[in-house]
Amino acid sequence: MSRGLIFSFLFHTLVIFITAMTLPFMMREPIDVPPIVSVELIQIKDKTFIPYAPKARKIIEKVKDDNKRVVSEQAPPSAKAKEKPDRIPLPEDKKETKQIVKKKQNPEEIKPQIRQSSEFEKEELFDTNEIAALIDKAKEEQAETQKKNSQITQSNVKTPFAKALSLSEEDALRAQIFGCWSVPLGLPYDKDLLVRIKLQLKPDGRILKAEILDHARMNTPGQSFYKILAESALRAVRICQPLKVPPTGYDRWKDLQLNFDPTEMLKG
Amino acid sequence: MKKTIIIFIFFVLTIENAFSLIKVDITRGNLDPLPIAVSPLHIDNKSEDFKSLKEKKLGEEISKIIEKNFKSTGLFNPLKKDAFVQKPDIAHLKPRFEDWRLIKAQALITGKIVVKDKKLKVEFRLWDLTAAKEMLALSFTTTPTNWRRVAHIISDKIYERLTGETGYFDTRIIYVSEKGPKDQRVKKLAIMDQDGHGTKYLTLGNELVLTPRFNPTNQLVTYMSYFKNMPRVYLLDIETGIQEVVGNFPGMTFAPRFSPDGKKIIMSFAKDGNSDIYSMDMETRVVERITDHSAIDTSPSYSPDGKYICFNSDRSGLQQIYTMRSDGSQVKRITFGSGIYGTPVWSPRGDLIAFTKMRKGKFYIGVMRSDGTGERLLTENYYQEAPSWSPNGRVLIFYRETKSDSKGKGFTAKLWSIDITGYNERLVKTETDASDPSWSSLLSK
Repeated sequence: MSRGLIFSFLFHTLVIFITAMTLPFMMREPIDVPPIVSVELIQIKDKTFIPYAPKARKIIEKVKDDNKRVVSEQAPPSAKAKEKPDRIPLPEDKKETKQIVKKKQNPEEIKPQIRQSSEFEKEELFDTNEIAALIDKAKEEQAETQKKNSQITQSNVKTPFAKALSLSEEDALRAQIFGCWSVPLGLPYDKDLLVRIKLQLKPDGRILKAEILDHARMNTPGQSFYKILAESALRAVRICQPLKVPPTGYDRWKDLQLNFDPTEMLKG
Repeated sequence: MKKTIIIFIFFVLTIENAFSLIKVDITRGNLDPLPIAVSPLHIDNKSEDFKSLKEKKLGEEISKIIEKNFKSTGLFNPLKKDAFVQKPDIAHLKPRFEDWRLIKAQALITGKIVVKDKKLKVEFRLWDLTAAKEMLALSFTTTPTNWRRVAHIISDKIYERLTGETGYFDTRIIYVSEKGPKDQRVKKLAIMDQDGHGTKYLTLGNELVLTPRFNPTNQLVTYMSYFKNMPRVYLLDIETGIQEVVGNFPGMTFAPRFSPDGKKIIMSFAKDGNSDIYSMDMETRVVERITDHSAIDTSPSYSPDGKYICFNSDRSGLQQIYTMRSDGSQVKRITFGSGIYGTPVWSPRGDLIAFTKMRKGKFYIGVMRSDGTGERLLTENYYQEAPSWSPNGRVLIFYRETKSDSKGKGFTAKLWSIDITGYNERLVKTETDASDPSWSSLLSK
């Protein structure tokens, strides 16, 4: 009897111990910060370093003279290392990278790939980066105030009011679909050619469900061109999948509406 | 109370905001040719003469014609058959969509051939490979000798289903066949399928012939011939071979063309160095004068609704394009660019007019809107003229001559086609040299 009790006790303890050891690891994985961060960090350094280095050095030296403990973000790391070999306590360095990471969210530094893809929009006029910067600044502020108010620690996952893609995110998605959409050339360009498709996406950007919003128009007599257009748009979306959606914030973009309108293109 | 209402409205607004969809506008796409797989049509083993059909490879031949038609549009890219992953008979029942997608095809055509009671039955299916569903399924029954036409009709149906506009494959082209040295050319009227197959000669070549044009039913042709050295407009019935002179004019008539309803022929009549535009009713043979001007008015062409006519005239000094109502009123000049404009032809869609332009010793084929705006020159060359529209108004066919050397050699005249976007310029193969092409309307309507 007592032997059985002991075995039972030991066995249960073992099970609890294993669960306690493994479960947190399983929980932790998805929360991990996305690894893309480090790639972008390098680009910022390159960019800021090349044009501003001479000026920056002067400023840095001045600042160093004034207060030797202040470290500028713009200073090249190698120079820092040479000038202050004894310093570099690890915690401080970590702080430094964190600061830069924050700054990096500022879209003044949009990935070069995305910039290329947004060539289509360039003709249209204004500096998209500036506007993207403004929007994202606003978003950051919003997120910060929310954090203060509700003490929610996960940043943008639970922000129901920030339901929009940034310009750069939108550009990436748009450019991807441009490449997949073979526009049927026989369409009458003097008619209403707007096709609205509602998508339900999986977290990896694949399509769970695609639905044409004006479905009734597909079978309307005299609107056969609409069916052809809608089908071509659906084909484009399917060929393109997985769609280039942001790596985080699935709640934001799991439902997405694409408005296809080739009127401008057909008019030439 | 007020407070609760305000709070309620606030909630409604925020909920709406929270659940509103992210919308992305897609205003551009690509114009790359659509990758399409045309599986050879399989021959049903219940067919009569199964062996001979197999030997003739009829299924493969039909699929080749469809492929060739699609390739010529520049809008499709038929994939090589080596990469095909399924047998034609199984694919026709139910394709394995994933496998076809692997070879990057977006659409698949499959089909079956049966011969029963000496009649050929061809059925085909068009599959959307990305959506994994059937888009179109039709079958045609005809006499076995008509198999080429069936291939063209299938091409038309698929083209229409995928692009939204009618096709132009089941059509014919009439043209002037030319042979011999430049100063002694033998010119005959010739007719062929739009893909260059099945050429037939309609005249013997004793007289010079020019500017043949189909009537809307494609049974009659009007053209100009120098019979007994008198240039006149003639009418030819393609099936019976009967010819007749159009109208009893005391002088030279030229540049004839049918009205869209086929009831009238419009042409130029020249007398004492002045030419004006006349029309003749086909039933009553009554001739009506439409323009009355001391300048040379020629090359008339009706708008598709028959209400307007475009023509060229040198009444302003240089030859330019004008439009007027079909009774001759409201004459309006529509071209003002530098150079000389000629051979205007109204598009079957009604939105554009094609023309030939000569400027600084170069010839251009171009299109513009029917009010003269939006001029676009599609192609430039040493000598080219006489554009004619495909029945869907998407492609132009015209002829181009090359320069002969000092010994008079090297001269050629060939037919060319070009898309109205200015892309996809192609040589149209003909048995001999060719000029003055005219595209028929669809044979099967």
